[in-house]
Amino acid sequence: MTPPPALHLVGQHQIDSRPLFDADITLPAGSWTCLLGPSGVGKSTVLRLMLGLETGGVFAGTISPSDGQPLDGRISYMAQSDLLLPWLSVIDNIMIGDRLRGVPPDRDRATDMLARVGLADHAQKKPLALSGGMRQRAALARTLLEDRPVVFLDEPFSALDAGTRAAMQELAAELLSGRTVLLVTHDPAEAARLADHILILSAEGAQSWPVPATPVPRAITAPETWACQSALLSHLRGVPA
Amino acid sequence: MRRSDIPLAILLGLALWQGIVLLTDAPHYILPSPWRVAQAAYYARVSLLENAWVTTVEVLLGLLIGTGLGAATAIQLSQSKTSERLLLPLLVFTQAVPVFALAPLLTLWFGYGMGSKIVMAVLIIYFPVTSAFHDGLTRVPTGYRDLAQSMGARRLRFMRHVQIPQALPSLATGLRLAAVYAPIGAVIGEWVGASKGLGYLMLLANGRAKIDLMFAALIVLACLTVLLHFAVGQLALRLTRYAEGRM
Repeated sequence: MTPPPALHLVGQHQIDSRPLFDADITLPAGSWTCLLGPSGVGKSTVLRLMLGLETGGVFAGTISPSDGQPLDGRISYMAQSDLLLPWLSVIDNIMIGDRLRGVPPDRDRATDMLARVGLADHAQKKPLALSGGMRQRAALARTLLEDRPVVFLDEPFSALDAGTRAAMQELAAELLSGRTVLLVTHDPAEAARLADHILILSAEGAQSWPVPATPVPRAITAPETWACQSALLSHLRGVPA
Repeated sequence: MRRSDIPLAILLGLALWQGIVLLTDAPHYILPSPWRVAQAAYYARVSLLENAWVTTVEVLLGLLIGTGLGAATAIQLSQSKTSERLLLPLLVFTQAVPVFALAPLLTLWFGYGMGSKIVMAVLIIYFPVTSAFHDGLTRVPTGYRDLAQSMGARRLRFMRHVQIPQALPSLATGLRLAAVYAPIGAVIGEWVGASKGLGYLMLLANGRAKIDLMFAALIVLACLTVLLHFAVGQLALRLTRYAEGRM
C-alpha cells in the first residue's frame, strides 16, 4: 500500500442548475474525517464525487490528492448496504475485487482477513446465513482486502443494532488506522467516537468542528465523547437543510 | 397441489369424461370413451411413440436454441446502449407479427421435416426469453455498480460475476414461458405441413375419423408438456435459488 494522501475538494455542485453545496473540504492524510449534516445536503455526493461515481448533477471545481498522483485505484468503498453477492460464499465475496479486475485472488490473504474480522468459521457460508453484523464485518473485510490507502465509508453501520454498531466501530477504527478515511454519518455519537476531524456540511459550505484530543476509538462512556456528541447534536438541530 | 393428489385428480378427470360420454350418449366418432381411447393408444403404441419422439426432439431443440439465442441477444443488448436503442424497438415490432401466420412460410423455407418446426419453436420463445433476461440484466442494483466501479472492475468481468448471476431469476421467468410456448410452436408447425410428429398424427387421425387415436395423441402431447413444465420448472427453481444464495 502506498502512503495515504490527503484529499482536497473545492467547488460547487449543482443538480438541475440548483446549487447543492459550495464547499472546501480537506481530508487530512492518514486520519479519520467524519462528515455530518442534514439529510439531502450532499454528504454522499461529496463521497461519490471523490470516488468518481455518477452523482446526477454537475460539479464545478477540483478534487486533488496531496501527492499529485491520480486517485484511480487508490480508494476503497463501503456502503450502508453490505453489497454482498448472495450467490457467492463469504470468502468469494471478499475476493470479488480481484475477480472483477481479472487478477488471480489471494485466498490465503482473504482467509487471514476473515479471521481478523472474526469470520474464520463462516468462510464457506452464503451471506443469507449471516446476521446483519456479520455481513457488515464481511463487507469490511472486502474493503480491507482491497488494501487501498484511502477508504470511504457511507453510513456503513447505520442499519446495525446499537451493540453491534459499537463493536463494528471499534473494529473499523482498529483495522483502518493509518489510512485516510472519510466516514459519512448521521450519528453524532459515531462521529464523537471515531473522528480525528469533524466536518459539518450545509448549503453554505463545510464547517470544521472541534474534536476531543483523546485517541480513537473513544470510549462511549468517556465524558469528552459525551460532551462532543451532545454539542454536535445541539448544533446539528439548528443547521438548516 | 400435493404429489399424492395427482392419481386421484386423474381418476376424477377420467370419471368426469366417462360420465359425459354416458350422459350425452355421444357417438364414438365425436367423443370416444376413455376405454376406447386407451385401446386405440395400445394398438397405435409404436406410432404414438415414434411421433412423440419427433415432437419431443423438435420441442427440446427449439427450447435449447431459442433460449441460447434469446440469452445471447439479451446479453448483447445489455452491453451496448446503441444496439439496445436500435434493436429493441425492432424486436418489439416483430412481436406484432403473429408467429403462427409465419408457419406456412417457414414450411416453404425449411421444408416438411423437423427444421421448420424447430424454427417455429425458436421464433415463438426467442422474444420472451430475450425480454425477460434483458430486463434482469439491466436492473443491476446501483450499489453493485458503484462497488464494482470503485474496485476498477472490467466490463466483461462485471457481466460474468455480477450482472449475469443476479439476472438468473429473470432468465428463469423467461424459461418458464418458453416451456409453455415451445410445444405450441412445434405442434402448429406440424399442423401446417409435416410427415411426422404428434400434431401430424392428430391431423391424420382426424382426417380418417379416428377420433379415439386423435384423443390418444392429444393425451400423449399433454403428458409431454406436463413433463416439460416440470423439468423446466425445476431448472428455473434451481437458477433462482442459486442467485438468492439458497443452494
